[in-house]
Amino acid sequence: MEIRYWNKEVETASPERIKEIQLERLKKIVAAAFKTQFYSKRLPAVGINSPDDIKSLDDLRRIPFTMKDDLRQSYPKGLLAVDTSEVVRIHTSSGTTGIPTVIYLSANDLNAATDLMARSITCTGADKTDILQNMMSYGMFTGGLCMHYGAERVGMMVIPAASGNTKRQVQLMKDFRTTVLHVTPSYLLHIHSKLPELGIPLKDLALKKAFIGAEPHSENTRKKLESLYNIDAYNSYGLSEMNGPGIAFECQYKKDLHFWEDSYIVEIINPKTGELVKDGEQGEVVLTNLIRSAMPLMRYRTRDLAYLHTEPCECGRTHRRMSRIMGRSDDMLIINGVNVFPSQIEEVIMRVPEVGTNYQILVEKQGALDRLVVKVELYPKMFLGEAKQIEQVKARISDELKASITIKPAIELHEQGTLPVSEGKAVRVVDTREKL
Amino acid sequence: MKQLHVFVENRPGRLEVITENLQKAGIDIKAFAIQDRTDYGLMKLIVDKPQDAYLSLADLGCACALKDVLAVSVPDKPGNLNILLSALSKSKINIIDAHGFVLQPSKTGVCILEIENYAQSNADEVVRAAGFEILEGNQLYNL
Repeated sequence: MEIRYWNKEVETASPERIKEIQLERLKKIVAAAFKTQFYSKRLPAVGINSPDDIKSLDDLRRIPFTMKDDLRQSYPKGLLAVDTSEVVRIHTSSGTTGIPTVIYLSANDLNAATDLMARSITCTGADKTDILQNMMSYGMFTGGLCMHYGAERVGMMVIPAASGNTKRQVQLMKDFRTTVLHVTPSYLLHIHSKLPELGIPLKDLALKKAFIGAEPHSENTRKKLESLYNIDAYNSYGLSEMNGPGIAFECQYKKDLHFWEDSYIVEIINPKTGELVKDGEQGEVVLTNLIRSAMPLMRYRTRDLAYLHTEPCECGRTHRRMSRIMGRSDDMLIINGVNVFPSQIEEVIMRVPEVGTNYQILVEKQGALDRLVVKVELYPKMFLGEAKQIEQVKARISDELKASITIKPAIELHEQGTLPVSEGKAVRVVDTREKL
Repeated sequence: MKQLHVFVENRPGRLEVITENLQKAGIDIKAFAIQDRTDYGLMKLIVDKPQDAYLSLADLGCACALKDVLAVSVPDKPGNLNILLSALSKSKINIIDAHGFVLQPSKTGVCILEIENYAQSNADEVVRAAGFEILEGNQLYNL
């Protein structure tokens, strides 16, 4: 197999060299952090009074974890280190309590993120002769735009198809001889089930590869996609807080994801104690972004659970590999690639006077896609005796949830006292999808 | 005329809860219908003591409500229902839901009509003008 590199020197650098790069970049990030409202208070509180206090990578561990809630509390500008005139792009994601989170990228930051995306694409063996159909949402979600920029930098022809509209997606694949897809695994499975009725046989398509991400999936799902389409499917990892996709990517050998350690410091911790776990042991992924100065983010708790490999990869890259995501250390649900917190759903339900306080969230598979069902109880005192009223309540909850979490769920109304009463949130969520 | 509307989930045993409790409260069910909405339904009951029936179910935590409906005496004879309905449609009166039953074969039938915006409509006049009698609670219960 011919191994393709985007930046061979960095991708195959010795672990010592990678550590040198990390320390040098970390100092710059800490310097930028002192310009933010958030870190300029937090760092002195732990005795770090200037970037010069970072003398070795071990000093990173003196910095407290940054949590998603810190991002919400800092919205909109608490983590911004530069004047907005230096910013060329923002992305936001919806928050759990209605407060979104935001990331800022300067021209340099965007350039670095784009370069890393290009590196990720190239490490799968794809190149400028490939045609990429980008089926992730564009807009505020990082998955669409970041992949788009990276693929253009590689020189690929990019089809910015965005998500949805299966018929058009398949027509584009056929008409433009798409060779690479960027897509969620559940949507790719769904498309396969629609091919017969669309009347476009697989042999009319030129697919070779798929970059699959934005939702956890099992090795079985990957194998299934590969055999259904006769393609290679590569797992990708990213999160908007860290710039989006391209943080870790599978190489041509498809044996877990290379973490780009020159650009991110990865720590795996025990989510309960915050202590580092041994290599090979599962824990929560904690990330420090080394390539973004407009909005520094250090020791960010991703809540994703995974483990690291240290043995060398056949591709020659020295960057350690991360397992696929095994789960979450919080209650976040990933529904057709969209992140949803049960508290977001609760917040909407509690605004509706016609429903009671008991509710249940059901996530299940309907064909290849995820289906979200929100079950609520009709509050007897508000009932007017008309079916029309019930339909209006259902439509209102469904519309308000669509506005909040971008997914339109099915709403079921139940009689009072029939849904399980629970103290903790976990029991309110029933997820019948395959466990990873 | 008051009709009792009860919200019920569409699964075994839910209707029984209602009838069992009405029996305990000494309520006589004169007529009923179920409006099916796939995952739930509305049970609609004509009973001898609507207010008591409502309170006994509301105490249980049932979602229920008393609705004003139009009970029309329709002599049991071919074409009569059509005459009634065409009178209403000519006056642009919309029927949300309806059910009917025969009390005495070849003699008396009753049509229960749930009218859209009933309080603001002239449905009573239209029905009477078409030659039909409107039944009040006691009249129906004693038929």
